[in-house]
Amino acid sequence: MGRITLDKVTKSFGDVQVIPPLDLTIEEGEFVVFVGPSGCGKSTLLRLIAGLEDVSGGQIRIDGQDATRTPPAKRGLAMVFQSYALYPHMSVRKNIAFPLRMAGMDKAEQDRRIEKAASILNLTDYIDRRPGQLSGGQRQRVAIGRAIVREPAAFLFDEPLSNLDAALRVGMRLEITELHDRLKTTMIYVTHDQVEAMTMADKIVVLRAGVIEQVGSPLDLYRAPRNLFVAGFIGSPKMNQISGAEAARHGATTIGIRPEHINVSATDGMWKGRVGVSEHLGSDTFFYVHDTGLGEALTVRVSGEVEFHSGDDVYLTPDMDKLHRFDEHGLRRA
Amino acid sequence: MARSVSTRRKALNTAIAWGIGLLIFFPILWTILTSFKTEAEAIANPPVFLAFDWTLENYGVVMERSNYMRFLTNSILIAGGSTILGVMIAVPAAWSMAFVPSKRTKDILLWMLSTKMLPAVGVLYPIYLLCIQFGLLDNRLALVVILMLINLPIIVWMLYTYFREIPGEILEAARMDGATLKGEILYVLTPMAIPGIASTVLLNFILAWNEAFWTLNLTAFNAAPLTAFIASYSSPEGLFFAKLSAASTMAIAPILILGWFSQKQLVRGLTFGAVK
Repeated sequence: MGRITLDKVTKSFGDVQVIPPLDLTIEEGEFVVFVGPSGCGKSTLLRLIAGLEDVSGGQIRIDGQDATRTPPAKRGLAMVFQSYALYPHMSVRKNIAFPLRMAGMDKAEQDRRIEKAASILNLTDYIDRRPGQLSGGQRQRVAIGRAIVREPAAFLFDEPLSNLDAALRVGMRLEITELHDRLKTTMIYVTHDQVEAMTMADKIVVLRAGVIEQVGSPLDLYRAPRNLFVAGFIGSPKMNQISGAEAARHGATTIGIRPEHINVSATDGMWKGRVGVSEHLGSDTFFYVHDTGLGEALTVRVSGEVEFHSGDDVYLTPDMDKLHRFDEHGLRRA
Repeated sequence: MARSVSTRRKALNTAIAWGIGLLIFFPILWTILTSFKTEAEAIANPPVFLAFDWTLENYGVVMERSNYMRFLTNSILIAGGSTILGVMIAVPAAWSMAFVPSKRTKDILLWMLSTKMLPAVGVLYPIYLLCIQFGLLDNRLALVVILMLINLPIIVWMLYTYFREIPGEILEAARMDGATLKGEILYVLTPMAIPGIASTVLLNFILAWNEAFWTLNLTAFNAAPLTAFIASYSSPEGLFFAKLSAASTMAIAPILILGWFSQKQLVRGLTFGAVK
């Protein structure tokens, strides 16, 4: 259970159409991530699926049933919010029990499910505390607990990790992925963080201005971005994009090369430039190379610790197999 | 940056604050003091402050002459009834204005407040006639409804501001969790808004308790609350200040005590959300 189909779904706020007709199928058990810059409509899309917003047109089907006009409570979906949205006046146990209580489930079954959720998420130690007494990570676990007890058809996550600090975020990312492996329930996850998208998703949906730019597995998107927007959005640091004469030489309007696909040499190579800022991360080194005659500065990523100083001359050679070519409309050339 | 305040400045501020506080409280204090004086001392010139023969005689006379308990019961029923009824209407009204506002919500709020700008006496005649028509003169139920309507705009406004402070995502979470509208209001919104609702209830109760225009004009005997009790000592016996003061003290005592015990809640409620 948990196949969700969007059929020509549109959404307008007043006269502004934020989502033009959009088709998308989310398969049962899939981990789908909606990613895009802020204001791209990814949260709106999630809220349409949840039923918290009404669609302006089109149809939403859950497991084949038309759910377009079904109220949120009846869709069998559970949602985890960015702000956690816990009930501050209830203990952790009562928070988790709330959806079961609303469903009129008998007490014994409620307790059984709460115990199970608490042990999966390590909530047992603070099950009688109030949300105000918990840390951000613990609160987010409670919010997830409240979602899993319902055994929903699908989980909806609305930027659930963006209020957590960096270290905790990595840990929770792993926990959510493990939870998905364990429950095998459909999950739809909204984020603006492409690292979260790349690490968690089975399938990434890249959105811009309410339009789906590309759908695919993380590595599909990395290897073969359909257009310049996806090319720039997926991957960190960003793909270098070069237009003009150099691009024309490769038979394209714009060429793209990822920082990790450029070889650096002190003696010879295709492009000559001068090192600007270097960022040493230990495992990797990033160089910003200027004066290559290719327009903007190029970012280069080299594995390990490499010593180049500001002002040194370097030679750069792109890995020709990994060169991306785009036409005058910004679309990928075969 | 902390502003430094000298000790002398602080002492001066404290003195001024006490001075203003006493000035505001003085009429009440004077009423209470006068209620323990004899009639002669009450109108003595120059007035005596504390050095008089303290007496309970006035209270005895007042209790003997009028049925205090009946007035008190009426006050409690009218103020309590109108408050309960008002809150039952105002909570859903404020909910819809705060969480599902329409284009006209702001206008409706302003229009509701504008009804408070009309002097009450402007509608005395029609309301009085309506009460006669329906046989509702000197009727507690009529007063409950009228006082509820009078205070409704204020409590809707108050609750609306409190509800606006509650993050919408929590209510959306409740909706996702399967709560019906009733469940959402009953189990999630109301418990979270308890401080705000409590101070709204308290304020409404105090306003209804002290309301004198309608209670005096629409009651005679059966439904007369404590305001009528005080009034009965002011008009025919205007010169008997000590007895009037005793009646007044008895009328305001319950609300003073209630206010004293709930002042923390009241202040918290009234400044709710002012500082995050």
